Amino acid sequence: MQTRPVIQLTEIHKVYQTGEVEVRAVNGVTLNIMPGEFVAIMGSSGSGKSTLMNMIGCLDRPTSGTYFLDGIDISTLDRNERAVIRNAKIGFVFQGFNLLSRTTALENVEMPMLYNHARITNAEQRARAIKSLELVGLATRSDHKPNQLSGGQQQRVAIARALVNQPSLLLADEPTGNLDSQTSIEIMGVFQKLNEAGITIVMVTHELDVASYCKRMIILRDGKIRTDEWVAKRLNAEFELNKLRAAQQAVKLA
Amino acid sequence: MMRLLAPFKIAARALRRNKMRSLLTMLGIIIGVGSVIAAVSITTGATKQVEDKVASLGQNIVTVFSGNFSSGGMRGGWGSAPTLTVEDSRAIKNEVDNVVAVSPEVRDRSQILANGQNWNTQVLGESPDYPQIRDWDIVNGAMFTDGDVRALSKVAIIGKTVVDQLFPTDDPVGQTLVVRNIPFKIVGVLESKGFNLFGQDQDDVVIIPYTSHMRRLSKRTFVNSIMVQAADKESIVQVQTDITTLLRDRHKSAEQDFTVRTQLEVMQMATQTSRVMSVLLAAIASVSLLVGGIGIMNIMLVSVTERTREIGIRMAVGARGRDILIQFLIEAVTLSVAGGLVGIALGMVAAKVVAASTGWPTVTPVIWIGIACFSSAGIGIISGFYPAWKASRLDPIEALRYE
Repeated sequence: MQTRPVIQLTEIHKVYQTGEVEVRAVNGVTLNIMPGEFVAIMGSSGSGKSTLMNMIGCLDRPTSGTYFLDGIDISTLDRNERAVIRNAKIGFVFQGFNLLSRTTALENVEMPMLYNHARITNAEQRARAIKSLELVGLATRSDHKPNQLSGGQQQRVAIARALVNQPSLLLADEPTGNLDSQTSIEIMGVFQKLNEAGITIVMVTHELDVASYCKRMIILRDGKIRTDEWVAKRLNAEFELNKLRAAQQAVKLA
Repeated sequence: MMRLLAPFKIAARALRRNKMRSLLTMLGIIIGVGSVIAAVSITTGATKQVEDKVASLGQNIVTVFSGNFSSGGMRGGWGSAPTLTVEDSRAIKNEVDNVVAVSPEVRDRSQILANGQNWNTQVLGESPDYPQIRDWDIVNGAMFTDGDVRALSKVAIIGKTVVDQLFPTDDPVGQTLVVRNIPFKIVGVLESKGFNLFGQDQDDVVIIPYTSHMRRLSKRTFVNSIMVQAADKESIVQVQTDITTLLRDRHKSAEQDFTVRTQLEVMQMATQTSRVMSVLLAAIASVSLLVGGIGIMNIMLVSVTERTREIGIRMAVGARGRDILIQFLIEAVTLSVAGGLVGIALGMVAAKVVAASTGWPTVTPVIWIGIACFSSAGIGIISGFYPAWKASRLDPIEALRYE
């Protein structure tokens, strides 16, 4: 018995009607992603990667084609049913962090649990949120508000929020886009650690060096998959970080 | 669905994030509800005062007045024509259901002498039922009896004002009072009742058996009026109708030569003014609450626009349209109900301040506190619904992209 794919896309099309013009944003994508994979979806702007991302994230519906997420047929679900699926199965990490301002890190992480189908006691919500923050190394900052945290820390809070409902899939949209290179590597380190713990991650990025931390790289162009291959020279975030620190140390000593 | 508390938690957090704005938005409702409660407290106090005065006339009273007398173009007032008799009063007592007490009344003003002093006062002839009908206690001595009525006894009970004027230091009971050269023995003193609705001193009175009054003093064969006490509030109207039928039948005159009035009618006339006031206040109040509601709707619309991104985030992590709708509705209702509660408290304080500074009695009816709570909740729901619905219809992709 083979394991079931987390994501199973078959002949996905998405067509936008803007006035007279028909825009085929996604034009026939077929793709399987298995549990434990770490996939980067790349492509220039207009390649359809954002549209594909929205459909994988159950924020949008394909015009045609079928999409099974964890064995559930998403293409037939309505708005509210998709919201329930997002809550239970998908953790989102955005480029702009998208934390609630003037709300503590802990409350931000607790937020998705407020919409859970099953009732969770306040104590359990808190315990789960703290555990999630520990996973990203931010347990000591749980009472800080976003404006008291650095960009990297904010993104860690966002990752903790994405993990709190134990989703089948972590979906990251340019997660390092707003971060400097060292913090980017740190965040990729967090993702690598989570992936080693068995979490499936799909990430949209346009930076090749960020994609190099993933296991599999898919390149889109004009709404179609152009390349789909394993990352040949995979980078290790911990190693790269040590290398960077050593280089900085050398500059200071010189 | 067991997640009843979650939306309240979200709403409370959102309102706490914008304390100043929440407070200012509530202010509209606070002022609206506060002024309603204050105004209602003051008018209710005024109405209560009038009602107490009317109640001081007695309990469940029906009064029969004789017709008016006219002679050569001169017309007397109610009670001036000799149409009611003691027999009428006896018939009312024996034949009308739900009548618990009857007193034929004869009125006269006389100069009275006692203790070396004199005083001009009202002398009433009544039956021993009178104190019961008027709900008027004898504080010293006792009421004269049916035996005194039959024997035309020369006994009297007197009001507080008469005591003050004639017996400032002595105990009046047992002393003698002279009315038109006839000595009456004082057997009792009535408790003080104060001024009535029309500003007359009810304590300035001497009461003797009606038989003694008719045969010894005024030499009349007719009574001015008959006071009747009905068993309870519900039977008053029936008693009024029955008395009318009975007396028409007994008098057999073409024209009705008497009038039957009930305490309810007096009450209605007396409270008419305050009812008009109440309606006026309610109108003003609903306008101010409407303005408060518009304020809430306005702020909620601003809030929805401002928090488009937040709504997008919430939807992305699994909030359904309904969750967002409920969240914003609860925020609006929390604002209006909190405003309503503060308004109730402030209104009651304002009423107390008015009461303390002017001496008017103020009463805050519990039902109005309930009405204020419910209407502020209603305002929250109505004014919050459109913004909340708008928020719930947002597309998460668009909302997440909103700057």
